[in-house]
Amino acid sequence: MWEITTQVLTGLASASNLFLVACGLTLIFGVTRVVNFAHGSIYMLGAYAMVTFVSPMREYLGPTLGFWAAVAASVIFAAVVAALIEVVLLRRLYRSNHLFQLLATFGVVLIVQDLVILVWGADDILGPRAPGLTGFVSLGEHRFPAYSIFMIAVGPVVFLALWLILHRTRWGTLIRAASQDKEMVGLLGARDKLLMTSVLALGGALAGLAGALQIPMQPANAFMDVSIITEAFVITVIGGMGSMTGAFLAAILVGLIQALGIQLFPKSTLVLVFLVMAIVLVIRPWGLLGRPEVEAGGAMGEPPERILSPNTTRFALAALAIFLLLAPQFMSEYHVGLLIEVLLMSLFAFSLNFILGNGGLVSFGHAAYFGLGAYGAALAVYHWRWPMEAALVLGPLVAAAGALVFGWFVLRLAGVYAAMLTLAIAQILWSLAFQWNEFSGGDNGVNGIWPSAWAQSRVVFYYVVLLLSVAAIGALWRATKAPLGYTLRAGRDSPRRCEAIGINLLTHRWAGFVLAGAAAGLSGALFAFSKGTVDTHVLSVHMTVDSLVMVLIGGVNAITGPLMGGTIYPLLKAYIMPLTDAWRMFLGAVILLTVLLFPQGLAGFLSKFSRRFNSSTEPTSVSLRVASERGQ
Amino acid sequence: MKPMLSVSELNAWYGQAQVLFGIDLEVQQGEIVVLLGRNGVGKTTTLKSVVNLLAKATGRIEFQGRSIRDLAPSSIARLGLGYVPEDRRIFTDLTVMENLEVGRQAPRANTPHWTVDRLFDLFPNLARMRDRSGGHMSGGEQQMLSIARTLMGNPSTVLLDEPSEGLAPVIVQQMVEVLKELKRQGLTVLLSEQNLSFAKAISDRAYVIEKGQIRFAGALTELLENEEIRRAYLAV
Ligand SMILES: Nc1ncnc2c1ncn2[C@@H]1O[C@H](COP(=O)(O)OP(=O)(O)OP(=O)(O)O)[C@@H](O)[C@H]1O
Ligand SMILES: [Mg+2]
Repeated sequence: MWEITTQVLTGLASASNLFLVACGLTLIFGVTRVVNFAHGSIYMLGAYAMVTFVSPMREYLGPTLGFWAAVAASVIFAAVVAALIEVVLLRRLYRSNHLFQLLATFGVVLIVQDLVILVWGADDILGPRAPGLTGFVSLGEHRFPAYSIFMIAVGPVVFLALWLILHRTRWGTLIRAASQDKEMVGLLGARDKLLMTSVLALGGALAGLAGALQIPMQPANAFMDVSIITEAFVITVIGGMGSMTGAFLAAILVGLIQALGIQLFPKSTLVLVFLVMAIVLVIRPWGLLGRPEVEAGGAMGEPPERILSPNTTRFALAALAIFLLLAPQFMSEYHVGLLIEVLLMSLFAFSLNFILGNGGLVSFGHAAYFGLGAYGAALAVYHWRWPMEAALVLGPLVAAAGALVFGWFVLRLAGVYAAMLTLAIAQILWSLAFQWNEFSGGDNGVNGIWPSAWAQSRVVFYYVVLLLSVAAIGALWRATKAPLGYTLRAGRDSPRRCEAIGINLLTHRWAGFVLAGAAAGLSGALFAFSKGTVDTHVLSVHMTVDSLVMVLIGGVNAITGPLMGGTIYPLLKAYIMPLTDAWRMFLGAVILLTVLLFPQGLAGFLSKFSRRFNSSTEPTSVSLRVASERGQ
Repeated sequence: MKPMLSVSELNAWYGQAQVLFGIDLEVQQGEIVVLLGRNGVGKTTTLKSVVNLLAKATGRIEFQGRSIRDLAPSSIARLGLGYVPEDRRIFTDLTVMENLEVGRQAPRANTPHWTVDRLFDLFPNLARMRDRSGGHMSGGEQQMLSIARTLMGNPSTVLLDEPSEGLAPVIVQQMVEVLKELKRQGLTVLLSEQNLSFAKAISDRAYVIEKGQIRFAGALTELLENEEIRRAYLAV
C-alpha cells in the first residue's frame, strides 16, 4: 500500500516539473502557432543559471534567502533569453511552415548545446539541496523526500496562478484572444508584437523555474534539453496544443505512467508514454482538450523555375553518370567512401522529400525508416547470420512495414499533430533500440555487419550502392511523374478539392508514405553495411534533422533539391566537422540562415539567380500548385 | 477640406490573381459612404487593403492626411481607424465583456469616447448577455458585438464590411438605428453592402464596384435615379 502511495507521489512530483515546462510550451504554441524546440534549451539554461547564481548568492544572502534569490534570478534570466529568441528569430517565422519553424528552433537547440558546453564545460554540475527541505517524510516503512512534497505543490500552485492571470487580467484576456485569432487582436489595436514577446517571456520564465527547481534533485547537464522537450511535446499533444488545463491533466497522466510503469515495464517507460500518446491521438486527433487546427500551417513557397534547358539537362546527366561510373578509378578509398555516403544521403533525402515537398506531409521523424532499414538488415546479419543480399531485401521491407503501420496513425492527423506523432514514433523506436539491450545491442549497437565476400572491396561495394540508390531514386522520380505523384501534389495543394472529386487521398498518401519508407530503409540498410556497424544514432532526432537539413538546403520544392542537399551536406560534414569543436553550433547557424534567408534552398536560389541574369524567357515548369492564399 | 480617408490607384492580388484594378475613393469627415457591388467584386478586398491585411497590394492609402500604407494593422487601429470584418471574428472562448476588453483602447481627443455602459445603451441585447461566451451567440448578436468591440477602441472612422449580411429584417432595422447614432456622434463610416435599401437608409454617398473597378461614384440619390447603373452592377 505504502509502496504504491510512494510511487504515485513520485509520479506527481515529476508531473509538476513536466507541467511547468509543458504549460509554457502550450501557451507559446497557442499564441504564436510555433512549436518551439528551443523551449527545452531555456529549461536547461534555467538549470545552469541556478548552479551559477546559487553560490555567490548564498554567500551574500545566506543559505535560505540566497537559494530562493538564485531561483528568482534564474527565472528572470530564462525569461530574458526566451524573449530575445522571440525578437531575433521566432518573430520572423510566424508565417512559415511548421516544418521550417521546428527546424529553425531546433537550430537554436544545437547552438545552445554548444554554447553551454563552451561556457560550463561538458561535465555535470551539482547544485545545493533546497534549504529546509532536505529531510524525509516517512510513509509506513518508506521514506519520501520533503523536497518532492514541495514539488508536488508547485504544479497546482502555478496552474492556479496562471489561471488567474489568464482570466483576471487584461494581459491574460489578450493572450486568450490571441490564441484564437491573433490577427484580430492586432486589428483591434492591441500591441500584438509586444504581446508575443511577453508570452515568450512568460513561457521562458516557467521553463527557467522548472530548470532551477530541478537542481536540488538532479545535476545540470548538457543533454537535459532534448529529453525534457520530447516529454513536454508529448504532454502538450496529449493535452491538446494550446490548452493549459489539458497540459495539466496530461502532465499528471504522464508523470503517473512513468512512476507506475517502471514497476510493470522497468525498461520501457518511454515506450509506454508514447503508446498512450498514440492511443489518445487515435481517439481524439486534437488531444484531450485541444481544438481542431483551422489552418494547415503557412506555405512552403512556390516551386522554383527550371534552370537548365532540356538539352543542357541531358548533357549534365550524362556527365554525372560518367563521373559516377568512373569515380573509383581515380579516387582514393577515402573519397570513394565519401561518395558512398553522398549517394546514401541523397537517397535518404530524396525519399523524405517524396512525401514532404511532393506530398506536403509534414514529417519530423524520417530517421524511423532509415533506422528500421539499418537495424532490420544489421540484426538479420547479427542474430541469424543472413547474407548481405537477403539482409538488403529485409531492411527496406521492415521499413516499409513500419511505414505501413505508423502511416495509418500519422496520416489521419493534421499539421502539427502529425509532425509531433512522427517525432514521437521515431523516439519510441530510438528508446526501444536504446533499452532493449539483448536484441538491439543497446547504446553500443551491433558490430560486424560487413558485405558478402564478393562485395568486400570498397570499389565493388561502391558499385552496389550506386546501382541500388540510383535505381531507387529513379523509381521514386518516376513515381512523382506517375498518377500517384500527381495525386499527392494535388492533395498537397488543395486537399478539399481532391476529396470533392472523389480521390481517396488517404490511400494515395499511405502508398506514398510506404514507398518513401522503403526507400529510406534501403539507404539505411546500405548504410549499415558501409559502416559495418549500427547504433542508436540512426534512429535519433539528429538523423531526422540531418534528413530535413539536406532537403532544406537543397530546396523543398525542387525535385533535384534533396539531391543537391544530399551531396553538399555529407561533404560539409566531412570537411568542416573535423575542423571545429562547435559543429552543432555551425549546423545550427546553417539551419537558421537557410530558413531565414534562403527558404527555397539552393534550387530556389539558383533559379532566382539564373532568372536575373538570363531574362530570355525559359518555359516555366508546369506545376499543379494553385495560388491559394488561405488565411489571408 | 482634406478627406478623412483617401485611397488612390489601389491594386491588390491574391497570389497571382489580381482582384483590384486602380480603386480610387474618398471619405470626408462625418460622412457615411457605402461600397456597393455584387458578390466577389472586391468590396472586402478593398477594406482589407486599407488596414493592410493583403499580402500584395499597391497604391496610396491616406488616413487623416498621413500615409498608412506601410503600417501594421495594429498601428493603423491605434490611429483611430477601426475595422469590423465581414465574418465578425468574435473570440468565441471569451465572454461578451472580455471581447469588449480586447477592443479597449485609451480615449483619444476629438473622437467619441465609448464605455461599456454607453455601448450597452446602443446595443441593449448585449447588456443582457455580459457573461455569455462569444461562441454561444446568434449571428446578429455576434455582429453587434463585433461592432461594439471595435468601438471600444474609440475610433474616429470605422470600416464596416457588410453589417447587414445574414440578419433578420428586425435586426437590420436596429442596425440602421445604430449607424444613425454613430453618425450623430460624428463618426466617419465606410461600409460595404449589397442591400440597397439598407444603404439608402443611412448613406450619403456611394461607390459601385464591378470586377475590381469603380463604375460609379456619387450621391446615393443620384444612384437611385440611375436605372442603368443599378441594373448593370447591382442585384436589383
Ligand atoms: N483569400 C482569397 N484567396 C483567393 N481569392 C480570393 C480570396 N478572397 C477573395 N478572393 C477573390 O477575390 C475576389 C474579390 O473578393 P472579395 O471578397 O473582395 O469580394 P466581395 O465584393 O467582398 O464579395 P462578397 O459580397 O461575396 O463579400 C473574388 O473573385 C474572390 O473569389
Ligand atoms: Mg465581402
